Amino acid sequence: MLVGAMVGIASSLLGTFLVLRGNSMLSDAISHSIVLGIVVVWMLTHHQSGPVQLVGAALTGLLTVFLTELLASSRRMKQDAAIGLVFPALFSIGVLLLNVYAHDVHIDTHTVLLGEIGFVWLDTVSVLGYHVPQALVSMSIMLTLNLLFIALFFKELKLSTFDPALAKALGFAPGVMFYALLMLTSSTAVAAFDAVGAVLFIAFAIVPPAAAYLLTDRLWLMLVLGAVISVAASISGYFIAVHWDVSIGGTMAMMTGAFLLLAFIAGPRYGVVSQRLRRQRARGLADVSESALY
Amino acid sequence: MSWLSILDDYTFQNVVMGAALLGIISGALGSFAVLRGQSLLGDAISHAALPGVCLGFIVAGSRHMGSIIVGAMMTGGLAALLMLALTRLSRLKTDAALGTCLSLFFAIGVVLLTYIQGTGNASQGGLDAFLFGQAAATLRSDVWFMGGITLVALTVLAALWKQAKLVTFDAEFARTLGMPVTLIDVMLTTMITLAVVVGLQMVGVVLMAAMVVAPAVAARQWSRHLGGMVVIAAGVGVVSGVTGATISTLGRGLATGPLIVLSASAIVLVSLALAPGRGILWESLRLVRQRWTLHKHQILYVLYQTRLEQEESERSPWLGRSAFTAFALYRLKRQGLLTAFRPEAAAGKPARQWRLTPEGVREAKQVTAMFHAA
Repeated sequence: MLVGAMVGIASSLLGTFLVLRGNSMLSDAISHSIVLGIVVVWMLTHHQSGPVQLVGAALTGLLTVFLTELLASSRRMKQDAAIGLVFPALFSIGVLLLNVYAHDVHIDTHTVLLGEIGFVWLDTVSVLGYHVPQALVSMSIMLTLNLLFIALFFKELKLSTFDPALAKALGFAPGVMFYALLMLTSSTAVAAFDAVGAVLFIAFAIVPPAAAYLLTDRLWLMLVLGAVISVAASISGYFIAVHWDVSIGGTMAMMTGAFLLLAFIAGPRYGVVSQRLRRQRARGLADVSESALY
Repeated sequence: MSWLSILDDYTFQNVVMGAALLGIISGALGSFAVLRGQSLLGDAISHAALPGVCLGFIVAGSRHMGSIIVGAMMTGGLAALLMLALTRLSRLKTDAALGTCLSLFFAIGVVLLTYIQGTGNASQGGLDAFLFGQAAATLRSDVWFMGGITLVALTVLAALWKQAKLVTFDAEFARTLGMPVTLIDVMLTTMITLAVVVGLQMVGVVLMAAMVVAPAVAARQWSRHLGGMVVIAAGVGVVSGVTGATISTLGRGLATGPLIVLSASAIVLVSLALAPGRGILWESLRLVRQRWTLHKHQILYVLYQTRLEQEESERSPWLGRSAFTAFALYRLKRQGLLTAFRPEAAAGKPARQWRLTPEGVREAKQVTAMFHAA
């Protein structure tokens, strides 16, 4: 549960910027293609986790983005088509390498997609004499890194997200910001891998920020709300999963969706209900002013 | 296995036929998805089909192709609708809406999958084949089923060809003509969903995205017409399907889905590089030729100008000494526009001098006129 919450906070913080930039699907692409990075690093070093793994996978994430931009900038296809080409290809290579070289590794293809947060307790390392789940350690490192990154570069991130042209003019190097953001995204995806798997990482990266985006116009409030929503989703998801004996990661992701729907329907400013009410009120006013004319 | 004996292999026949059918349907319908800027819709739908697969399984109680397909269609369509609702009614952009639907429906699917595992139904095996695809599990009946769906989809496409074309390229104009644009939109999306669902068992959830996009992008390189593009895309789909299936049968236990996708990606790369007109190779050739022509014009212009200024002067104008210029001068000489001569200079080593021939003068006059006109 704690791991889930941390995955949620870490990924929703970064996801906020991706959603605002209109790059949500990049997190999908990255989370799939890092499989290749994980496999390659495993083949080279036989490390399944740790900093090497994080860096390797992060590099694959960057490779994905770089290839996508390359294809899109050749002006022969749109960016979404480029994404749709690059990540399945990289993912395929990863799966094939797994097929050939790594029959008996723990990273089998199922954990890759689904993850099993219930098993993180089996994989412990000892820190200061306590047995701590490994995922918890790696997630807390990633969370700290992400928090630091956002705290340090808040102004730069804000500017390069909302006005890349101005940011460039002021010498902030929005491109570097963008790649740093994606580097962190892919590292977080790797760290989150064992716990929630590739697809559910996307749920945590996109859905809470999207829900928060429906609730507020302020960037810092959006960050906070995204984090709160993911924590709430983790906790409620955990209890539902235990109650019905189903996948914990799955229910957590489902709960983020429930919160999104709630925001979508009942959000105070942008929700469907309030929009309709406002429209009706506007029509009422229009009627009044119209009758006043005559 | 040798090349000949695999042709007799029953499983291989099924897999290849299935892969070829998948290639046809995803290539043809994928063209529309890519042109409409919905490349990632296939990805979202394929993920969203998972809960449907599970529901179909729960209702039917076994791995029955029909009920699973119906279930997958239903949740896939539901996801597409939810996506539309999110983009139309809220301020989320398409990408966020896509990602949201994709991950949420997939999460529900995962939950249902673990629920089914919890019930301990003996026939659940093969259900998770939908995640990664398991081409070897393709039965002859599945092939017939896929063939039927492909036939239906192609017939509908042929019947609605004009409308689909117009809606794809100019929806506004179609609307003013009084066409039921939304209906045709829904039809196309439904058929893309159908293609995705058919492919799930072969290549799996993740790789289906590539099967929608890759053949279409490759075909776009070779054809400027929608009809040509659709046919070529279907052809590319078939070739990559058959190639992938063959390699996987010959190789040692390599998964079919990834091989199919990689074959398709390879075709895309080749098409990007080589296709006449739009290929990168052709474009760079064109660039080089343009640069060469410009340079030739510059040299002629400079020589002509100097000739006008100092008639019969011994000194030829200064020309850049780069390899490119040297090559350009050599080619001009070969074309008989220039002559080279070495003056008997007193000082050190005499530089080569260039002079326009009569043809060169004529050509240079034209160039000069062109430069002055511009």
